[in-house]
Amino acid sequence: MLADKDRIFTNVYGYQPWNLAAAQARGDWDNTKDILAKGPDAIVEEIKASGLRGRGGAGFPTGMKWSFMPKEPPMDHNGNPKPSFLVINGDESEPGSCKDREILRHDPHKLIEGALVAGFAMRARAAYIYVRGEFIREAETLSAAVAEAYEAGLIGKNAAGSGYDFDVFVHRGAGAYICGEETAMIESLEGKKGQPRLKPPFPAGAGLYGCPTTVNNVESIAVAPTIMRRGASWFSSFGRENNKGTKLFQISGHVEKPCVVEEAMSIPFRELIEKHCGGISGGWDNLLAVIPGGSSVPLVPAEQIMDAPMDFDGLKEVGSGLGTAGVIVMDKSTDVVRAISRISHFYMHESCGQCTPCREGTGWMWRVMERLRTGDADVEEIDMLHEVTKQVEGHTICALGDAAAWPIQGLIRHFRPELERRIAEHAATMKEAAE
Amino acid sequence: MAERHLEPDTPELRERWGNWSFNPAWKAKADEAISHYPAGRQKSAVMALLDYAQRQVGEETGTQGWLPIPVMEYVAGYLDMPIIRVVEVATFYTMYNLVPVGKFHVQVCGTTPCMLRGSDDILAACYKRGMRKGHTTEDGMWTLTEVECMGNCATAPMVQINDGNYEDLNTERLDAVLDALVAGETPKEGTQEPGRHTSEPSGGPTTLKEMVTENHDYRGEW
Repeated sequence: MLADKDRIFTNVYGYQPWNLAAAQARGDWDNTKDILAKGPDAIVEEIKASGLRGRGGAGFPTGMKWSFMPKEPPMDHNGNPKPSFLVINGDESEPGSCKDREILRHDPHKLIEGALVAGFAMRARAAYIYVRGEFIREAETLSAAVAEAYEAGLIGKNAAGSGYDFDVFVHRGAGAYICGEETAMIESLEGKKGQPRLKPPFPAGAGLYGCPTTVNNVESIAVAPTIMRRGASWFSSFGRENNKGTKLFQISGHVEKPCVVEEAMSIPFRELIEKHCGGISGGWDNLLAVIPGGSSVPLVPAEQIMDAPMDFDGLKEVGSGLGTAGVIVMDKSTDVVRAISRISHFYMHESCGQCTPCREGTGWMWRVMERLRTGDADVEEIDMLHEVTKQVEGHTICALGDAAAWPIQGLIRHFRPELERRIAEHAATMKEAAE
Repeated sequence: MAERHLEPDTPELRERWGNWSFNPAWKAKADEAISHYPAGRQKSAVMALLDYAQRQVGEETGTQGWLPIPVMEYVAGYLDMPIIRVVEVATFYTMYNLVPVGKFHVQVCGTTPCMLRGSDDILAACYKRGMRKGHTTEDGMWTLTEVECMGNCATAPMVQINDGNYEDLNTERLDAVLDALVAGETPKEGTQEPGRHTSEPSGGPTTLKEMVTENHDYRGEW
C-alpha cells in the first residue's frame, strides 16, 4: 500500500482546514519561487520525465501537452503579441467521478499553486479554473482560497516573488456535462453554449479568444508542485511502465464502504477494494461487473476485473479503460441492463445537439435499451443496436458519441445471454397472455 | 437534449419584470465577474450574470429563483449582447430555471452510481410528500427534478436542495432533512451518515489517520 508520506492530497477528507495557513503548514506554497526559478523548459521536462498522464480521462502525457504551447507568442492581426491561457477543467460530471470535488473543497491551494507552476511553464498570462455549476460550496471555497493567495502575493503581479505576473480566475459552469470537453469548455468560457469545436485548430494553436490555450484536469495540475518538489523519479517510482504515479480512485456502488482514496497507479482491483472499501457487498462471489473508469468506459465482468491492475494499460487489456478512475461496482443484485440504460439516458440528456448521430442516436439508443430492459424487443434488435452504436462512434465532433456507444457495446459483449433471456421471457409471457 | 421551455412572454410578465435591474449588492458582484475577462470580452461573464440574476429574483420571490425574459434582456443589455445569445445560454445550461420554481428545488440524482445505492427510494420518498418530477407543489414549497450525476458518487445517494448537498441518504435521513427545511431550520450539509466526515470509508479512514486529529506535515518523512 502507498505510504501516507507519499500521498499528495493529505487533506483529501477535509479533516483539517483548507485555508492558506493550514495548507502552508502541510507544505503547499513552500518556496514556489525556487520551482519557477528552474525556468519553464526545465519544469516541462521534469513533468515529462515523471510520466504524469492527464487525470481527466484520456491520459494524454501532461508534460508533452504543455510543450505544445508556443515559446514565442503569436501575433494578432494588429501585430500585437497574443497572450496564452491555462484552462483548468473542474467540470467533473462523469458518472462515477468525484475526485476533483475533494481537491477543490479540501486542498484548493494545491490547485492554485499548480496553476501558477503550470501556467508559468507554458508561458500563460492567466488561468481560468472552470468549476461545474453544481459544485456551489466547492466554488465558494476555491474562490476564497484564490482571494487568500492574491492577498498573500502568491498570485497576481510578481507572483510568489518570482517576477512573473499571473492571474487565476474562477469561472462557474451551470450544468452541462459537455463543457468537460476541452473545446466546449473554451466556448463556454467565451460566454456561449458549450458546443465542441472542430479540431484542428487545436487549442494550443487557437483556443480561448483565439489565443494559445492548454486545458488540463484539476488533478493533473494539482499534483505538479509536489512532483517538482520531490522530483520526477519519486513520482515515477509508483505504477507500472507507462502508467506512473499516484492517483485518486473513487469507488462507488456495491462495496461495503464507498470512498475516495489516493493510491499508487496499477494497484490490483482486489487490493483496492479490500484495503479501502471493506470488500464487495456480499463477498467476492457476489461481484457481477465493474465500470472501472467512469460511465463512458465499457463494463468488465467480475472474473476479468478481479486481479486486473488499475491503470491505463491494464484496463485496456480487459477491453475497458482507466478514464477518471471512477470505479462503479455492481453486485449480482444489479439489474445490469437498467444500469447501462440509465447511463444511456445520461448521454441523451447531455448531448449538446450539435452533431446528428449523437443528438438523434443517444435518444434512439436509450429507447431501445429501455425495451431491452423489459425484454420487449426482438433478438435481431440487439445486433441492430450494436450496429447503431458503431454508426455513432467516431462520427461526431467530440467523444460524447463514443462515450454513449461504449457502455452499450460492453453490455452486448458481456451480457448478451441476459438480453436474450429477457426477450425470451417477455415473449413467453406475451404468448401466455394471448392464450 | 433536455426538454426546456421558456415562460411565455405575456403582458403580465412584462408588467411584473419589465423594470427589473440588479440591486447594488448583485451589481457589484456582476461588475467583479466582468473584470475577470479581457476588455471587450465581457460576454464571458454571461453565465455568472445569469446566475446572479436568478439569485436576485430568488431573493425577491422567496424561491430558488428563475429567469423571466425581461431579466434576460436586462443581462443582454448589461453585457452588450444580442438577446438571443443570452437566451441560448440560459436554455442550454440546466441550472438556469426558465420557469418559476418553489422555495426549495429538490434535485435528486438518479444516475447509475446513485441508482445502485438506492436513489429509487429517495425519489419515492419525495413522491410520498406530494412532489412530482418537473412540477412545483401547490403550496409553492417544493420543486422536484431528477438530475444527472452530481459528482458525489462515493457518498451516494444524494440530493441537492438549492445550494446544499445532502449525501449518504436513505428515506429516514431524507425525511429528517426535508422536515428541518420545512421547520425553517438549516440542516447540516454533506453526508447524513452519523460518524462519517466526508468521503473517507465509513467507520474511519484507512489512510492518513494522523490528519484526523492534527494538521500533520508529512514532509519530515520524505
